[in-house]
Amino acid sequence: MTDNRRIMVKVNGVDYERWVEPRRLLVDFLRDDLELIGTHIGCEHGICGSCTVLLNGRAVRSCLMFAVQADGADIMTVEGLADSKQLHPLQAAFREKHGLQCGFCTPGMLMTAYEFLNEHPDPSEAEVRKNMSGVLCRCTGYKQVVDSVMEAARQMRKK
Amino acid sequence: MKPCAFEYFSPQSVTEAVALLDRYGDDAKIIAGGQSLVPMMNFRLARPEILIDINGIRELEYIKTEGDELVIGALTRERDVEQSPLVIEKWPLLSKAVSYIGHSTIRNRGTIGGSLVHADPSAEIPTSLCALNGKVKVMGPSGEKELAPEEFFLTYLTTSLEPSDLLVEVRIPALPQKTGWSFRELSRRSGDFAIVAVGILLFTEKTGVCREARISMGGVAPTPVRAERAEALLAGQKISEKLIEQAAQQAAEETETEPDYHASAEYRRDMARVFVKRGLQEAWNMVNGGQ
Repeated sequence: MTDNRRIMVKVNGVDYERWVEPRRLLVDFLRDDLELIGTHIGCEHGICGSCTVLLNGRAVRSCLMFAVQADGADIMTVEGLADSKQLHPLQAAFREKHGLQCGFCTPGMLMTAYEFLNEHPDPSEAEVRKNMSGVLCRCTGYKQVVDSVMEAARQMRKK
Repeated sequence: MKPCAFEYFSPQSVTEAVALLDRYGDDAKIIAGGQSLVPMMNFRLARPEILIDINGIRELEYIKTEGDELVIGALTRERDVEQSPLVIEKWPLLSKAVSYIGHSTIRNRGTIGGSLVHADPSAEIPTSLCALNGKVKVMGPSGEKELAPEEFFLTYLTTSLEPSDLLVEVRIPALPQKTGWSFRELSRRSGDFAIVAVGILLFTEKTGVCREARISMGGVAPTPVRAERAEALLAGQKISEKLIEQAAQQAAEETETEPDYHASAEYRRDMARVFVKRGLQEAWNMVNGGQ
């Protein structure tokens, strides 16, 4: 057995302190230890993108790092997008433009798009397609995903 | 699946990391970005007993010049290399090559050193290092050494690093003023591993003659390779469409392609020819104003 480690992380603005086994994946830590099950776990080897979260502002795959590595980090998950009253413009756009059907990939889509729109507030459709290509969706055929991100960009520019 | 249990160390300095490697040798594995290692651990294809996490060694994260050389710390994220104004201005081939790695979320974590020590023959950074005549700096218990690509890459996923060596830095020499370049790759889907990746550099003289050509190919041999005989065909010559065709054909003959489920050996070899040809055309047009 290996010794558990104490880690401190901030997730969606809330500080947590937990003891974790070093082999605990960040995604399992979020879902099972913090009970933040908005982040989905799909392929578990960095292909599908469903588990994407923001780590210190950068979108990363939470199945490809260990929770111990996030000690001291500021994490944002899909639960951090909406405030208590209304959806984030990205979420509203995905709803409006049918950017999801089964919803499994959606947390990954949203967090990937969130980082992308922060860096590219006025993207071309080609740029959206390229950046979103790292998240797999088996329902939508991607057309509506691209439409949703473009719509979100428009709404976010207005603010 | 979930990874096997391991003991975890997070050294804060190179000295500390090397001491840990020296102590645990083959039982230990370094983790940097983890974008190749963690999938292998999740599949339990890799079962290191000791994991040495170098992400806390901030002294290994930098992009700068020393003299006119580009110097990049091993822990520098691929995304930072891709977006570095210095790299984009003076070593654009490297930025372009890195942009082909996986997806932005992978590049946010993946490191330049990690890609090199993983030594996947179709990977972009190893292929670029060969084109750019870069070197890697390695720290071991008995001090540091610099290795050229042909000394560093041995075969598939295998380098000449000793168990207690740590790759700490990448060094890339300056490029001359009039340099044409290209980096292109073929993959089935965006972000997939390259079936063929080709990095080209052409150094010209005022007269429009190619002084030196470098053709680096990934995905077509057990390590990234330079097409040396094709380069020799171009060196000192006035470049023509016909000569480019000949050089591309020659480059394809210098591959040692193997079939896999993405492509047959023949297809890979022929795509090496096509991508070398397109790369040479692009690089030549760049320095010769569209001929």
